[in-house]
Amino acid sequence: MKKQDVPQDQVSTYAGQNKLLYAVDDQGNYTGVRSSGWEVESAATLDAITAINQDRLAAWERGNRGETSPLEFHMYNRRMDLSLLAQTTGLFKWRIRRHFQPTVFAGLSDSMLARYGDALGLAPHDLTRLPEKPPSD
Amino acid sequence: MTDAFATAPASPTDRSLPFQHMQSAHCESGVMAAMLSHYGLTTTEPMAFGLANALSFAYVPLVKLSGMPLIAYRMPPRWIIKGLQKRIGLRMKFQTFRDAEAGMERLDELLAQGKLVGLQTSVYWLPYFPEEMRFHFNAHNLLVFGRHENSGDTEYSISDPVFEQAVCCARDDLKKARFAKGALAAKGMLYYPEFVPEEIDYARVIPEAIKANYRIMAKAPIPVIGLRGIRYLGKNLLKVAADPRKKDKYLPLYLSHIVRMQEEIGTGGAGFRFIYAAFLNEAAQHTQRDLLQEASAKMTEAGDQWRQFALVASKMARNRIPMDAAELRQIINTCADTELAVWELLRPIWKK
Repeated sequence: MKKQDVPQDQVSTYAGQNKLLYAVDDQGNYTGVRSSGWEVESAATLDAITAINQDRLAAWERGNRGETSPLEFHMYNRRMDLSLLAQTTGLFKWRIRRHFQPTVFAGLSDSMLARYGDALGLAPHDLTRLPEKPPSD
Repeated sequence: MTDAFATAPASPTDRSLPFQHMQSAHCESGVMAAMLSHYGLTTTEPMAFGLANALSFAYVPLVKLSGMPLIAYRMPPRWIIKGLQKRIGLRMKFQTFRDAEAGMERLDELLAQGKLVGLQTSVYWLPYFPEEMRFHFNAHNLLVFGRHENSGDTEYSISDPVFEQAVCCARDDLKKARFAKGALAAKGMLYYPEFVPEEIDYARVIPEAIKANYRIMAKAPIPVIGLRGIRYLGKNLLKVAADPRKKDKYLPLYLSHIVRMQEEIGTGGAGFRFIYAAFLNEAAQHTQRDLLQEASAKMTEAGDQWRQFALVASKMARNRIPMDAAELRQIINTCADTELAVWELLRPIWKK
């Protein structure tokens, strides 16, 4: 890639930052070049975010109807999935899945709530409720 | 050779070292280049990357991250730090902690001694990252070079290599980022040099590093690594595209995932191929061997082909052009062919 071909697409995912890329100057030597982003890269990032935001919205809606516990929403809200939350808390996936049942979740001990709270960086008070409005992207 | 700390520029009372932040493409090579340069051994990021023979390719479908197979364009985390130790005679001290508070206290202690401290952290819990960049990746490296109070709260001065400027991070946030659990959990890992050599014998270490990297790319014992791994990924794309359960929803996301691993994760462009080409370019200048310059240009060509792959894959994922896995496979195979040509070209460097 030539220095002048380094994309400068001002992508939203960089939030105004520039990243460093390496490109070839006119003498054929490499040099670091700051880039405000490449649309191809940022589209891929946004795809990943959209996928997780869809799960998050679905979890909020089901939670709002009382079909799942707030835990599922908070998991996606922290950009986690079931396997990551299992790794972070040290719990089996089937146990977490069981805690998605609102009745089971309501009966969780304080220490179990603290374990989730620690993994998700949330106070127990916030962990046990949903935000009033659905999350917007 | 003398102990680098004899000339280290900070006294224990000076909390803000005269440290020069430098932006890099990749966190680990950037941290090491900045650290070595700070202690008097001027090193660029591509040189740190190349000497540690960190270029690679791995496509491991059995290991899944957020439901996607592991795809990497470089060797695993800590490879660069460890590789540099072996290659140039650097000695690093690593420490992990069971107790988070103990890990923070140790950091404070080292900063008070005027040391520059490297940390392994989780990107997600670092608030200075842009919201859309915050994913759960536990092996992000950064340097801490100072500590100060800000209206009663402790903050750390951080040189995060992928950022343009030095940043600040509150104590609780940094603690959370250091002790995040999950895959590649850092367990609060910190590191600092115990001994930094005064110079690098380029004529000796460059051929060694290139030979070691050739072995990774061309002689890996398992087919998921190196050039065979690249071709394996191309073959797998055909398989996914032929699977009626996967071709509509999964395939576009899968292509996006590959592009992210190649471009988003601080690779300097084209999945570290441009950084490696920059290393070969610099190596040519150190050793006066035209062959290295020729290989650098060839590696640039491979990098350009990878960028082309990302561009086409992105268009297909977005339905701008019709999905054609055979074409993607063909571009990927071209990348592998060009990279093979680079290594063939480099052979005389280590063959006497």
